Amino acid sequence: MTSQTHSNPKPYYIVRPPGRWGFPDFRELWQYRELIYFFTWRDLKVRYKQTLLGVLWAWLQPFITMVVFSIFFGRLAKMPSEGLPYPIFAYAGLLPWEFFSKSFNKAGRSLVMNRPMLTKVYFPRLVIPLSVVLSSLVDFLLAFVVLAGLMVWYGIPPTPRVWTLPLFLFLAAAVSLGGSLWAAALNVLYRDVGYVLPYLVQVLLFVTPVVYPTRLVPEPWRLIYSLNPMAGVVQGFRWALLGIGPGPDLGMAISVTVTLLVLLGGLVFFQGMERYFADRV
Amino acid sequence: MALAIRVVGLSKQYRIGETRGKVEYRTLRDSLGRLFRRSRHATIWALRDVSFEIPQGQVVGIIGHNGAGKSTLLKILSRVTRPTEGYAELYGRVGSLLEVGTGFHPELTGRENIYLNGAILGMTRAEIDRKFDEIVAFAEVEKFIDTPVKFYSSGMYLRLAFAVAAHLEPEILLVDEVLAVGDAAFQRKCLGKMGDVAREGRTVLFVSHNMSAILHLTQRTLVLQKGRVAFDGPTPDAVDFYLASGFRRAGERRWDQEEDPTWDPAGPFRPLALRVRDAQGRVTDTVRADEAFAVEWEYALEKPLRGLRVGIYLLTTRGEYVLTSFDVDDLDMYRTWEERPAGHYLSRVHIPGHWLNEGRYILSVNASTFGVRTYFHEENALSFRVDPIGAVGAQWPERRVGVLRPLLRWEILRNA
Repeated sequence: MTSQTHSNPKPYYIVRPPGRWGFPDFRELWQYRELIYFFTWRDLKVRYKQTLLGVLWAWLQPFITMVVFSIFFGRLAKMPSEGLPYPIFAYAGLLPWEFFSKSFNKAGRSLVMNRPMLTKVYFPRLVIPLSVVLSSLVDFLLAFVVLAGLMVWYGIPPTPRVWTLPLFLFLAAAVSLGGSLWAAALNVLYRDVGYVLPYLVQVLLFVTPVVYPTRLVPEPWRLIYSLNPMAGVVQGFRWALLGIGPGPDLGMAISVTVTLLVLLGGLVFFQGMERYFADRV
Repeated sequence: MALAIRVVGLSKQYRIGETRGKVEYRTLRDSLGRLFRRSRHATIWALRDVSFEIPQGQVVGIIGHNGAGKSTLLKILSRVTRPTEGYAELYGRVGSLLEVGTGFHPELTGRENIYLNGAILGMTRAEIDRKFDEIVAFAEVEKFIDTPVKFYSSGMYLRLAFAVAAHLEPEILLVDEVLAVGDAAFQRKCLGKMGDVAREGRTVLFVSHNMSAILHLTQRTLVLQKGRVAFDGPTPDAVDFYLASGFRRAGERRWDQEEDPTWDPAGPFRPLALRVRDAQGRVTDTVRADEAFAVEWEYALEKPLRGLRVGIYLLTTRGEYVLTSFDVDDLDMYRTWEERPAGHYLSRVHIPGHWLNEGRYILSVNASTFGVRTYFHEENALSFRVDPIGAVGAQWPERRVGVLRPLLRWEILRNA
């Protein structure tokens, strides 16, 4: 068929070989917002249909962890807890931590697990790890209700700084998403990465002030310690809600910087690797 | 003439190991090791310099043998994978049916899966709401719409999956052999719906092995061969071209690893060659109506196989099945060959003369164990012609209808 002169409107879309790296197309992501909602909804629905206790699990899981930590770290190991009862000290750190660890572990596998979709349908791949983080966020918000209940139980009023809590929540989401993007993309390309993730999370737990206060970390090491972005998140969480521990300081600033680097780098890396997903997953 | 699609120089290169189905994923360990060794990957061009233009409202078929690049082309146009070179301009919203039931989750109910699948395919929630009842009616699952899909029969599952996909209303529709699944009734329904879509004036690209469907639904067809456009023209001509060509000399089809990247050389069953031999034993693509002929399939078994059956499907070019026949259909043969030791084999079937009507026929081949595993299957492996020389009723110069044209025994009785 020979080409004729067409008075064509601009093409709706042009399929091209991949170009230079850049950020994801956020406008397109907005167009797919309903899909993000559906994926998140699916995650939650399936999880609650499958587990024995359904929604209760979102409450029970951190609660039981807290109890176990309280017995072994709080009572037996006599971990200091900045003047507060250990259970609530631990729970306040556990909540943002679980948000991160759940997202990171699940999102890391999410692309590979959704292989059939990646090879048959188009949508911005960012939707998948994003929906994992969002569904973990829902769990977080549900479990937060228990935290509020605990504060009432222990008679601890929230500090006047509690309005900064959403900022730290946003920071937690940034770390979770950023880490998830790196993990998810790497796992598609190098399948052994998926095996390392749970181990990495375990180690990270100890390098994050969840079961112990930041004060435990000796001063000369404090700044290096702050390179762990979750350190800043957990620290800030406790400070905003319960008023304990160091407030925003140089260490926190380092954590925040690392967080932003991980997130921005993750967005660029993920977008750059997206061109290979359908072929390599 | 408004365009729907313009493709210019589209090419796609894969590393060996990345092609359909067999993904050799890499590990970090491997890649780091390779950093220090300069080895080049073997690559293959699944598509090479493909160009064509499709005006709005045209229904175009895309045919070709396994590995010709058909699915790759659709994947690129669907944005699932990126081209290596070239570009494609799409003048409209694209809806892709590369598979049915994408994203279906067994724990969710039919209703929930409709919304999920619809969203994945690109429908908005409002759109799904609007078409919900139609979709359920098309799938005939009204009574079960609120039970989890894991309880559905495979037929119900397919119907529901297709029902959602069938109600996509994109300007450009890309369909990849989804009609190959399901029973005959379901396939008829799918074809019907496809026909409706075509009549509504949408642009459709339809990949299929089903020559009958291609002939019915499309006006123009592209034949892909080894990643290139080998033919682009009216469908009947394209189908003829496709059947008469390929990796084959007249009357013979050989399997050769380099040519067909989808063939798994590690399988225990290795096809070697498929041939048609006339009554004189010559390999040919034309046999006489009045002579018996044979179809033989040469293959190798890398290890002993039990319960293997090797056979053919005979079809007319209109897509009607004439027969299915396996080498161990006969009970004695079945008992003798229940266990086949490893080795080089030839299974040959004799087809009587004065039996098939004149015309072109298609052979598909299959090697499988019933209900367990299919070792090899290829549609449209070889074609041949039956020439009317010496056909029954040759005393009248007429074409007879019917797939068969046998010489039957008649009696004529007369009252003395």
